[in-house]
Amino acid sequence: MTDTPVLEARGVVKIFGQHRALDTVDFAAMPGEVHALLGENGAGKSTLIKILTGAYQPDAGELLLDGQPITLRDPLHGQGYGIGTVYQEVNLLPNRSVAENLFLGRQPTRFGLVRRHEIEARARQLMAGYGLDIDVRAELSEFSVAVQQIVAIARAVELSGKVLVLDEPTASLDRTEVQRLFAVIRGLKAKGLAIIFITHFLDQVFDLADRVTILRNGKKVATQPLSTLNTTDVVRMMLGKDVAFEHHPSSLSSGARGAVRVQFQNIGRKGMAPFDLAVHEGEVVGVAGLLGSGRTEVARLMFGVDASEVGTFEVDGKPVTIRNPAQAVAVGFGFCPEDRKLDGIFGDLSVRENIIIALQAKLGWFKALNRDDQIELAGRYAEALDIRAANHDMPVRLLSGGNQQKVILARWLAIDPTFLILDEPTRGIDVGAHAEIVRTINRLREEGLALFVISSEIDEVVAYSNRIVVMRDREMVAELTGDAIATDAIVQAIAGTPQEVRA
Amino acid sequence: MTRSLRPLMATTLIFLFAYMLAVLQHPGMLSTRVLGNFLTDNAFLGIASVGMTFVILSGGIDLSVGAVIGFTTVLVAALIMWMNLHPLLAFGIAMVVAAGFGAIMGAAIHYLKVPSFIVTLAGMFLARGGASVLSPDSIGIQHEFYSTISKSYILLPGGGRLTVVGLVMLAVFAIAILLAHRTRFGSNVYALGGSETSAALMGVPVARTTITIYALSSALAGLAGIVFSLYTSAGYSLNALGVELDAIAAVVIGGTLLTGGYGFIAGTFIGVMLQGLVQTYIVFDGTLSSWWTKIVVGVLLFMFIVLQRLVFRAGSRRP
Repeated sequence: MTDTPVLEARGVVKIFGQHRALDTVDFAAMPGEVHALLGENGAGKSTLIKILTGAYQPDAGELLLDGQPITLRDPLHGQGYGIGTVYQEVNLLPNRSVAENLFLGRQPTRFGLVRRHEIEARARQLMAGYGLDIDVRAELSEFSVAVQQIVAIARAVELSGKVLVLDEPTASLDRTEVQRLFAVIRGLKAKGLAIIFITHFLDQVFDLADRVTILRNGKKVATQPLSTLNTTDVVRMMLGKDVAFEHHPSSLSSGARGAVRVQFQNIGRKGMAPFDLAVHEGEVVGVAGLLGSGRTEVARLMFGVDASEVGTFEVDGKPVTIRNPAQAVAVGFGFCPEDRKLDGIFGDLSVRENIIIALQAKLGWFKALNRDDQIELAGRYAEALDIRAANHDMPVRLLSGGNQQKVILARWLAIDPTFLILDEPTRGIDVGAHAEIVRTINRLREEGLALFVISSEIDEVVAYSNRIVVMRDREMVAELTGDAIATDAIVQAIAGTPQEVRA
Repeated sequence: MTRSLRPLMATTLIFLFAYMLAVLQHPGMLSTRVLGNFLTDNAFLGIASVGMTFVILSGGIDLSVGAVIGFTTVLVAALIMWMNLHPLLAFGIAMVVAAGFGAIMGAAIHYLKVPSFIVTLAGMFLARGGASVLSPDSIGIQHEFYSTISKSYILLPGGGRLTVVGLVMLAVFAIAILLAHRTRFGSNVYALGGSETSAALMGVPVARTTITIYALSSALAGLAGIVFSLYTSAGYSLNALGVELDAIAAVVIGGTLLTGGYGFIAGTFIGVMLQGLVQTYIVFDGTLSSWWTKIVVGVLLFMFIVLQRLVFRAGSRRP
C-alpha cells in the first residue's frame, strides 16, 4: 500500500433541500485495498458513492484522483477517469450476449461492421481470467446473478481499472456465490485496484475488507483498519453515540402492563424465521437490528403486506385472519412504512385527505364522510399532533418530513387503532421534529395504545420501549425488558459473537 | 439456441406449414409467379415494417407510418406532375422530408420525455392532414420513368417476375439485417430496448440513437410511399390507411417482442410474407371474403403474444 490515495474526497458536503445528506466527509481509497463503507439507511453511504462516481456533484469540498483535483460531470465521465461502478441491480443488458455486454460501445469494427468473432474470442479470454468458462454468446439473463455481477465487474475493470465501487453486490447472492465473487475481488485487489465495498453484511466486511469507513447521519464516524476492530465496535459506531440516556419514566414501570392486545404466534414465511410476540395495552415494543436483519419484513408480515405462510393472529384474544393490509386495517392495525414518500403519503392530496383516507377506507365507499366531518377530524388530529401546515387543504408533499410523518400517524389514529406499527418513524427528520415524534410515541403509549416501533437509532429505541426485540439474520435473537434495556446489551445482541457471525 | 430465436423459428415453421397446406389445396400456389407477386404486392408493407422493427426493438412504437406513406405518395405526385421534377429528384426530396419528420419526432420523444405512442400519434395526424392539404384528390402520375420501372423485371425460372419494387424491398431487408446485427447502431438499438438506464450508463448515445431510429423509420415509410406510388401510379392522401397496424402485426408475428430488446429483421420478413400468403390464398379460393385476412392476422397475433409470454417466462438459467 502506498501513501497516496487513488481516489480521495475532502470535506465533501451535499445538501438536499434543508437536509444535509453529507456533512464535510473525508474519504480516501488506497490502491490495493478493499475499503468497506458502512452505515445505516440515511447515513449518507449512497450519497457519498454517487459523488465519488460522478452521479452527484458535491455542494462543497473536492475530489482528488491521484492527488489531482477533478470534477466529474456524470458516471461516464468518472469511468473515463478510471472509476467504475457495479450496482446491486446489475446495470447491464439482460437481452444481449455476455460478449456484447462486455464490449458495447467499443466494439472493434471493419468497414463499419462489428467483428463478432473477435469480440467473442476476447470476451472468452476475459471471462477465463475471472475463472468463468461460459458461453459468451448466450444472453446475459440466462446466467445467475453472481455470473452477471462478475460480468459487470469485468466490464467496469476493463473500462476504468483504477477504482472499483461495488454497491451492495452480494445482496441477492447465496453463500457459495458470495465466495466466488470475493475470490474475484481479491484477485483485483492483488492487481492494485482500489475497491470500495458497500454492504450491510458485517461478516462479509470482516471477511473481505482491509479498512472500514463508517458514516452516521451524514457524518463520518471513523476510518479504521478492520484488524483493530471487532463486530461490536463496528455496530456501536454505526448505531449511535456511546452515551447513557434516560428511559422515559413510564416505560420502566414494566410490572403494570395491561392486557394483551395483539398476539402473533409462529408468524413467518420463506426466508424469515417464524416469531411469537404478544404486545400489551400501553406497551411499546422496540425493534433493534441492522439494515437487512429482517426488521421491516416483520412489520410487513404483521400488517399483511406479505401474507404469513404459517401461524395465527389474535386481537384481544380472538383469532383473526390477516392476509392483506385491508384485513389488518379492519382489525384496527395501522402501519407507518419506512419509505414515507413512496409508501406512506399521497403527495398531491391535501393534509385533510391524507388524514381521513384510512378511516374512509375502513368505513367503505357507501358511508362517505361529509366535508364537515372531514374538516373536524383533520383539525382535531392536526391539533393533537401539532401538525404545522399553512392550511389543511395544501398538498402534503409541501410539508416537512416531520410533519408528513405526523400526518401519517394522524391517519392511523383516526381509525382508533388497536395496534400501530412504525417503521423508522424518525428517519430523515430534523432534530427538533425527531424529539417530538419520540414524545408523541411516549404519549400514545401512556394513552394505552399498543405500538411496535422499528428504528436503527439505538438511543431512540431505548427512549420509548418497554421491551426491545433484537433481530439478526432475519430472526428474533433476543428480547430485553426492564433494566436489561441498555445500549451495550443491545449492541452485543446485534453483533452476536464474532465467531458466530463469521461463517 | 437462445430464447429469442424460438419465436422466429415458430414463425418460420408456421409459414412453411401454412404454405404447404395452401399448396395442397391449390397446387397453383407453388410457383415463382405467385412468389414474385408476393414480393411485389407486399413491398411497401415490407419496407415500412423494417423501420417499425427498429422502433419496436428499441422499445417504442411508430403510429405515423401509414400517414407518412400517404403523404409521400401525394408529395411525390405533386413534385412530378405540378413541379415537373424528374421522379428520382422527387424521390430524393421525399425521402429527406420524411427522414426530417421522423428525426423531429425522435427528438421530441427523447428530449421532451413524451411516450413515442403520443408523439407518433400526433405525427400521424400531421402527416395525414398535410397530405390532404397538399391535395385532397388523387393525383395520377404519368411519366416515362414510371412506365419504364413498372415494365422492368427479372424473369424468374417458371415465369415469375421479380419486379423493381420487389427487389427494392429485398435490398432493404438485406441492408437492415446487416444494420441490426452487425453494426454499433444495431447494438445500441437492442441496448435501448433492453434497458434505457443501463444503456445510458454503458455509454450508449441515447439521444442520437433515438433520433436516428425514428428518422430511419420515417425514411423507410417514405421509401414505402415511393414504392406505393410506383405500384399504383398515383398519389392520394388516403393511401395506406392503417398500414402502421399491419406493420406492427408483421413485426410481432415475426417474433419481435413488443416491449423491445428481442427480435430479428428476418422475422419481420416472414411476418409480412405470412400476411401475403393469407391474402393470396383468399384470391385463389375465390369464395372467401378478403376480411378473412384480418381474422387470420388477428389469430396469429394473439398466438404469438401468448407464445412470447411463455417463452420469456420460462427463462431457463444456466449455472
